[in-house]
Amino acid sequence: MTDRLESRDKVTGQARYAFEYQVENVAYASAVQASVGKGEVRSVDAEAALRLPGVLAVLSCEDPPRLSDTSDGELALFQSRTVSYRGQFVAAVVGETLETAREGARLVRVEYATETPDVTLRADHPGLYKPDKVNPVFPADTGQGEPEDAFRNSAVRVNVTYTTPAEHNNPMEPHTTLAQWHGDGSLTLYDSTQGASFVQATIAGIFGLDPSQVRVVSPHVGGGFGSKGTPRPNVVLAALAARAVGRPVKFAVPRQQMFATTGYRTPTIQRVRLGADADGRLNAIFHEVFEQTSTVKEFAEQTATPTRVMYQAPNRHTSHRVVALDVPTPSWMRAPGETPGMYALESAIDELAIAVGIDPIELRVRNDTDREPESGLPFSSRNLVACLREGADRFGWDGRDPAPGVRREGRKLIGTGVASSTYPAYLMPSKATARAEPDGTFTVRIAAADIGTGARTALGLIAAETLKADLDQVKVEIGDSSLPRASVAGGSAGTASWGTAVVRACEALRSELNGLVAGGHGGSLHTENGSLPPEGVEASADTTAEIKARDEYARHAFGAQFAEVEVDADTGEIRVRRMLGVFAAGRIINPKTARSQFIGGMTMGIGMALMEESVMDAEFGDYLNRDLAQYHVPACADVRDIDAAWVEESDPHLNPLGSKGIGEIGIVGAAAAVGNAVHHATGIRFRDLPLTPARLLREL
Amino acid sequence: MYADITLVVNGMEHRLSVDTRASLLDVLREDLGLTGSKKGCDHGQCGACTILLGGRRANGCLALAVAHDGADIVTVEGLAQDGRLSPVQEAFIEQDAFQCGYCTPGQLCSATAVLDEAERGWPSVVTEDLGSDPSLDDDEIRERMSGNLCRCGAYAGIVAAVRQAARKREAAQA
Amino acid sequence: MRPFAYERATSAEDALERHHDGAVYLGGGTNLVDLMRLGVEEPARLVDVAHLPYDEIELRPDGSLVIGSAVSNSALAADPTVREGHPMLVQAVLAGASGQIRNLATVGGNLLQRTRCSYFQDAAKPCNKRNSGSGCPAREGEHHNLAILGHSQACVATHPSDMAVALAALGASVRIQGRAGERTIPIDELHRLPDNEPERDTTLEAGDLITAVEVPALGIPSRYRKVRERASFAFALVSIAAALDVEDGVVRDVRLALGGVAHKPWRAWRAEGELRGAEAVEESFVRAAEAELAAAEPLRDNAYKVPLARNLIVRTLMELGGVRES
Repeated sequence: MTDRLESRDKVTGQARYAFEYQVENVAYASAVQASVGKGEVRSVDAEAALRLPGVLAVLSCEDPPRLSDTSDGELALFQSRTVSYRGQFVAAVVGETLETAREGARLVRVEYATETPDVTLRADHPGLYKPDKVNPVFPADTGQGEPEDAFRNSAVRVNVTYTTPAEHNNPMEPHTTLAQWHGDGSLTLYDSTQGASFVQATIAGIFGLDPSQVRVVSPHVGGGFGSKGTPRPNVVLAALAARAVGRPVKFAVPRQQMFATTGYRTPTIQRVRLGADADGRLNAIFHEVFEQTSTVKEFAEQTATPTRVMYQAPNRHTSHRVVALDVPTPSWMRAPGETPGMYALESAIDELAIAVGIDPIELRVRNDTDREPESGLPFSSRNLVACLREGADRFGWDGRDPAPGVRREGRKLIGTGVASSTYPAYLMPSKATARAEPDGTFTVRIAAADIGTGARTALGLIAAETLKADLDQVKVEIGDSSLPRASVAGGSAGTASWGTAVVRACEALRSELNGLVAGGHGGSLHTENGSLPPEGVEASADTTAEIKARDEYARHAFGAQFAEVEVDADTGEIRVRRMLGVFAAGRIINPKTARSQFIGGMTMGIGMALMEESVMDAEFGDYLNRDLAQYHVPACADVRDIDAAWVEESDPHLNPLGSKGIGEIGIVGAAAAVGNAVHHATGIRFRDLPLTPARLLREL
Repeated sequence: MYADITLVVNGMEHRLSVDTRASLLDVLREDLGLTGSKKGCDHGQCGACTILLGGRRANGCLALAVAHDGADIVTVEGLAQDGRLSPVQEAFIEQDAFQCGYCTPGQLCSATAVLDEAERGWPSVVTEDLGSDPSLDDDEIRERMSGNLCRCGAYAGIVAAVRQAARKREAAQA
Repeated sequence: MRPFAYERATSAEDALERHHDGAVYLGGGTNLVDLMRLGVEEPARLVDVAHLPYDEIELRPDGSLVIGSAVSNSALAADPTVREGHPMLVQAVLAGASGQIRNLATVGGNLLQRTRCSYFQDAAKPCNKRNSGSGCPAREGEHHNLAILGHSQACVATHPSDMAVALAALGASVRIQGRAGERTIPIDELHRLPDNEPERDTTLEAGDLITAVEVPALGIPSRYRKVRERASFAFALVSIAAALDVEDGVVRDVRLALGGVAHKPWRAWRAEGELRGAEAVEESFVRAAEAELAAAEPLRDNAYKVPLARNLIVRTLMELGGVRES
């Protein structure tokens, strides 16, 4: 139960985020967004803006700034006259002050040749196609057996379509960059990112620099949830602006502009067909997904992939169809794929349990499997059933009356629901160094990111354990691309990937110290006989080869989510009274921060279930409710009794820590648990998220 | 257009010339280098900029600096006294009431004010009996803290932290 | 944001004198600054009226209140006399915004806040309220939280205030200092329906300054209830301010107003008329609610507001009157 290492900095306002570095002579950038949904920029009239005192420069496609690599259309700012979606950055103004830059941006006049944007996702859209792969490298379609026949011949069938809306990550800290060019042509970026090494490599390519000429600094990041996992236009814009004016430039994407330029979760249409025998044993599973990407670049979310993992069934089919619309480019949002996919699958499983007439936990237990159904690989560990049982026990599931729509407290309808969770246990190559300092302390260095996950603290604990040192003897340096290259804080793989590198670096350091220190004690005893050289001893590790050499297993975390809801029969308002998540995610490194991670994911799942929805304006082609008053994320009052727990899980096939990721699984299945509870409360199955009063009142 | 104003921030007086368009938040962050107060939305919709303005919590992003000439302001940087964390700050660490930390300064200022408002007997919309002085039970804390959004979803810890600080204050007064 | 001059008014007369050439009054700024940053409001000058001596709440011997327009929302809600005599008003104020916004926001400013219609808030899109004659995309576009009553071809916006709904139900009056002197008008005559002039939210003339709100004594049970898409810190889908007095099973007095349904706080005169003297039973409440909502003209995506408003009226009256379900 270790407090965050940076907790004092965070509660005293001393933790610095990207916009907050004090550099001399800084200027400010403000972006101009396309005000048409599709077309061409005819002209950019910067005259009025440039006349404004304090405006230093206007950047636009009228004079495309030179870039070395323009292959990523989201990052190739001001290179083309094409407007691919409303809200795309078409110009930027640099000013002496924040107010001047903003006012300058307002004064830029852009003329367009406009076309009608196509922005509405439909399952019968003629532009739907099968992508070569879905994020990151999964096949678009899979199949086994004779699913159509098997489904047709099943005793019990569920054939349903679920939809999830576009959702925006909305980290509290907007996407922000402070860019500073130096006399030697090198570039420092104070950036709000989940991956300093990745930004370094990307920006070096775009600006034609050697990676060693780019330094990305990001020790504190105000959340990301995937949206800062890839470089967004802000980082290029700030670097371009700083180059144009020869001064450091700061740019924070205003909240409203984030809805077009910093990624979001694609809306989905998901058809799920389940065929089972009379006892609920699955015979056929279909999961067919329709989703969108932009015309700028393809992002095909892996929505049906969890269905390839969850339950046994001899006959199966999953597919993804994508249409490139004139919309902002979707990207990663917390558990891309699993989050929308498991909403549909786990809701359909609930429907099947009711159709078969057995308890939904029992149905899941009956269809548990010790091999990954589609790959046939053994699971490195799979404790789904343990989570369901443990959760049922803690939640008080036993004795639940399965009849829907029968429990009332005054005007409130009460119900409970359950759903499974899963998320892959990824491991990505990283490097790290560990140093024994002459003063008896240790320093661990890795370009990891702590976006609120507790990574800094977890890595400190991992290093201390490996070095057999106390945590306060270990200094952890992260969030800087000048540190050993690390993978992105994504795929819930941070602690596992970086932790493996840290373990290996610390082990290497111990070996070196054992050689150096007379008596061979090694570890924390290394200074006792003063035999360390004055500069200390450093060891490093690179986990690339180790990861490549791993045995083939299906590696996934699992969990079970439970929710109790009350539905106001008069108003359709839903409140989640209680929520419990039980997870099997390998070894938990720091229970204190792990619990927060799980609960944080579940809280975002409450948002997904009840309120989050980015509304596409079909006429104009932008997300209309683009602020935090209109796009509702859960507020404090929405989260009542919520808790997370985990089952002990020892898995030797993962990594030296025995840990699986915990950052994303908390949201997976959460919306299904809430939705299933709403069905239990009302007797009505709602299949379109979010479950707002407007939706409920149509049926109640 | 510029105007000369005076602000007292965390006990220090500052004389400034400010753009009439500048918010207190931007003046604190960009002119005074007090970057503890955060900008999450710039429209009063998230609460990350919450400061204590004349002893009352307020959104620094919605307050034009020029309209608050002479104001006495406390920011997150001013909550600790002589390097000693306030009970609210301590409770936030103990209860892990934050993750990324970006909303935290606003949460802390808000929570500090919530304790004060409760002590003054201010009701909230969930207060059943408007005639009595409400006590800070969990429902009251949740409602009163709802002007501070936390996307990491640390609300469970935030409520526990505010409860802990409230109990501590009550015990000190008993 | 366009540059602007800032001036602090020293008196109502001084404020009126300063109110010319693109000037706008500044109260707490919680909506005005927000709209200025969006480019929706572009005043050349701000005349700060928050420091005028209208920051008192006076309880008059007859139980009525005079609330100064510069009183903060928080101070109003915390005031013991208001809490005792007008709980519905306190609940309405506390249902709005957040604690930190209520500290800044003033009573006068609250009444004059603008609609939260998405199109109104986007300066790059047409909107008749913002740019007269440019069109109303909300009618065919996104309008799930817009008006069902009293809207026009030109505008389907709703008034966002909670406090104003309670004041409407209470039959409050608004004291106005204008160029022609002081006048007092019923709040029902302050806010207007859009008709073909949606750019005018209110009947105020240029320079008019709200100095106080007069609230008659109530003396009967009342409550405010707000339905929204999250548990707190969100604008209403529909809200209700209701007061009910039942004697011997008969409705002696009733006040009803709805929020979130129209361009102004919607005083449910029709329902009130149906109810006075009627038997205090569920059927009466349903009849009254349906009579009021018969005039509703829901748009494609906001028809849910009709049953929502009906249910709220019925349920709130039943709770206030202690009436059992029949």
